Amino acid sequence: MFGLSALELARIQFGFTVSFHIIFPAITIGLASYLVVLEGLWLWKKVAVFRDLYHFWSKIFAVNFAMGVVSGLVMAYEFGTNWSYFSAFAGGVTGPLLAYEVLTAFFLEAGFLGVALFGWSKVGPTLHFFATIMVALGTLISATWILASNSWMQTPQGFEIIDGRVVPVDWLQVIFNPSFPYRLAHMVAAAYLATALFVGASGAWHLLRRRDTLAVRTMLSMATWMVLVVAPMQILIGDQHGLNTLKHQPAKIAAIEGHWQNTPGESVPLILFGVPDMTAETTRFAVSVPHLGSLILTHSWDGQIPGLKAFASEDRPNSTVVFWSFRIMVGLGMLMVLLGLWAGWARLRHQLYRSRPLLRFAVLMGPAGLIAILAGWFTTEVGRQPWVVYGVMRTSEAVSNHSPQVLSATLAIFVLVYCTVFGTGISYMIKLVARGPDASLGQAEEMLHRRPARPLSAAPDHVDPAVDLVKE
Amino acid sequence: MGVDLPVLWALIIGFGLMMYVVMDGFDLGIGILLPFVRSIEDRDTMVNTVAPVWDGNETWLVLGGASLLAAFPMAYAVLLSALYIPLVLMLTGLIWRGVAFEFRFKADAAHRPFWDKAFAWGSYVATIAQGVSLGAFINGFKVTGPSYQGGAFDWLTPFSLFTGIALLAAYALLGSTWLILKTEGGLQRRMIALTRPITLTVLVSVGVVSVWTPLNHAGIAARWFSFPDLFFLAPVPLLVLVAAWAMLRVLNRAPNAAPFCLALLLLLLGYSGLAISLWPNIIPPNISIRAAAAPPQSMGFTLVGALFIIPFILGYTAWSYFVFRGKVKAGGGYH
Repeated sequence: MFGLSALELARIQFGFTVSFHIIFPAITIGLASYLVVLEGLWLWKKVAVFRDLYHFWSKIFAVNFAMGVVSGLVMAYEFGTNWSYFSAFAGGVTGPLLAYEVLTAFFLEAGFLGVALFGWSKVGPTLHFFATIMVALGTLISATWILASNSWMQTPQGFEIIDGRVVPVDWLQVIFNPSFPYRLAHMVAAAYLATALFVGASGAWHLLRRRDTLAVRTMLSMATWMVLVVAPMQILIGDQHGLNTLKHQPAKIAAIEGHWQNTPGESVPLILFGVPDMTAETTRFAVSVPHLGSLILTHSWDGQIPGLKAFASEDRPNSTVVFWSFRIMVGLGMLMVLLGLWAGWARLRHQLYRSRPLLRFAVLMGPAGLIAILAGWFTTEVGRQPWVVYGVMRTSEAVSNHSPQVLSATLAIFVLVYCTVFGTGISYMIKLVARGPDASLGQAEEMLHRRPARPLSAAPDHVDPAVDLVKE
Repeated sequence: MGVDLPVLWALIIGFGLMMYVVMDGFDLGIGILLPFVRSIEDRDTMVNTVAPVWDGNETWLVLGGASLLAAFPMAYAVLLSALYIPLVLMLTGLIWRGVAFEFRFKADAAHRPFWDKAFAWGSYVATIAQGVSLGAFINGFKVTGPSYQGGAFDWLTPFSLFTGIALLAAYALLGSTWLILKTEGGLQRRMIALTRPITLTVLVSVGVVSVWTPLNHAGIAARWFSFPDLFFLAPVPLLVLVAAWAMLRVLNRAPNAAPFCLALLLLLLGYSGLAISLWPNIIPPNISIRAAAAPPQSMGFTLVGALFIIPFILGYTAWSYFVFRGKVKAGGGYH
């Protein structure tokens, strides 16, 4: 298809399926913890608004979770179907990590999800709270294992190569590999931020539509507090993560910065914009700030980082892609900090629920967290190339023996199915959000007294366009 | 004497796959039976009987994949790339089916039939793809070194197509007997009526596979039809006949849980028959669990977790089934 090689098609297929997938667990991680907070506040303060918000968000959580499960199932098999040489080579390390993820996280989430979503009237309040906590704990444990595995592929250690395959010798070193703590903190914070932005945008959207209720205000208030605190934290974590990458994967940093070579004794500028050209080995149209690159990356005025030319051309990641994906992520991160500060300032002036420019900005920032997550993952994964296990196995050696025809056909199937199914699912989620937390009050009352209508589907029915709930 | 890691892991993966086949078997079976039930209310009831547990059921499939990668990475690599096309079809089937659980209740009346169809078609495609993969697995794969060397369509044979259809019948049996257990009234009567022909179809399918397999594979024939093994193995097919006969009997006397138990027994017998045929190979026809085993450091590390955690998983899974126990009533009771 389009003259692409089997390797390129396999990479596109994996990139496509994993990019779609990551959206759902990111929201799952954030919403699960948010649900714990809401239920905890309800049990502690007995203020009805927390209970109502719990029921409202648990419906959106349910739709999102189902999509996360089925898109994640694909991932568990794709390592073998598309990257069989990688699996045979490195399965001794990545397999146990994945198995632990299933054992300690997936079952925990799945086992308690039914009760958390539909057991409100079937078990006592403490037991129900426990189930919600178990689901949230499951999402965090899951993130821990999968990021340990991914980080090991980025910064592998604790293994030997015997008979042409990886043999783990020290599991603590494998799991706590150099980039793992940074990546884990960065991803969990990203999931919390993305969810806070999503929740905040929902609240702001209703306020713009003059649905000014306590539940809507509470949503926006909690979300903007979260953004105010987590967005600046995330920038600090990201900075530390970047320094860690510079130490262990300098080629990735050089590619991110579009930095080709050093002049002795000269500082590294920060290229704000430019177009890195891989064949001409230069960054065109560069707009740069002197010394800032040194300052950020070495925390010194004249420090140097290796340029891309210091690496053999077959060992260089694609700078054109990661230069831009990184800037998208950072740019959005800055806007998140701005949103947090603006909302905090508006709160002080009692304008948080009234300032329409602020509310519009919050709505626009709704998907920003998810876009930043995708941009960040593109940066770190494309930046790892040409390696699948950094410095140990090349991606070209990892790919299965499928023909381009077969890969094109399966890619077409995935694109078609994902866009239809998940497109519909995402539209259902947005429609549920548009109904607002107060529309579901009746439903919440019903759930208090009766069994739910449908065990794994607490959401109110009919959110299809024909019913048009958005109509005012 | 140390712990025999490859054998233990083969047992764990075998157990995990069996849990998957049993549990996702009955919820896929409900999708297979959906087209045979017209009333919207009955369809809701059918889906509601599994809605709180399907996600957990499917997790056993993820465990199967993950433990195979952990314990037998070479088998994971070879089997999954050899079965690439049927597995992609299975996954897309499971996607349609999985989201339909959520979406069919959120769609309006005009779109609902679409998601009902997606639920049924997804179940059919996923089941046939699993059955075809099973048939291809029994037939064996071309392997050199650590990698699959056969073609993209080697999995497609008359035998594998037959096992694909046969698995439909097996899952339908699990589904119909599960519904006998979980429902009442007209829907239950309908399921009792359907279970009879399904049982016979399963019986015939098991018979055909039992004859076809040893005819194709001398090694498997030798295992079953040589003395004294024949004597020890004979109870398996005999018990199949007894279970099928008992099933047809209990269906006549206001059954409840008995048909589901018998369906489980039939399935376990079929499963153990396969295990007897293929042991100790993990990539038929001739790569054994020892040849495909991961380094002992990998198997040992994961084993500790598996042995410690699986009992807890079984515990809270059982608890979840207990919370949602009893008959699922149409509309009212469950509403």
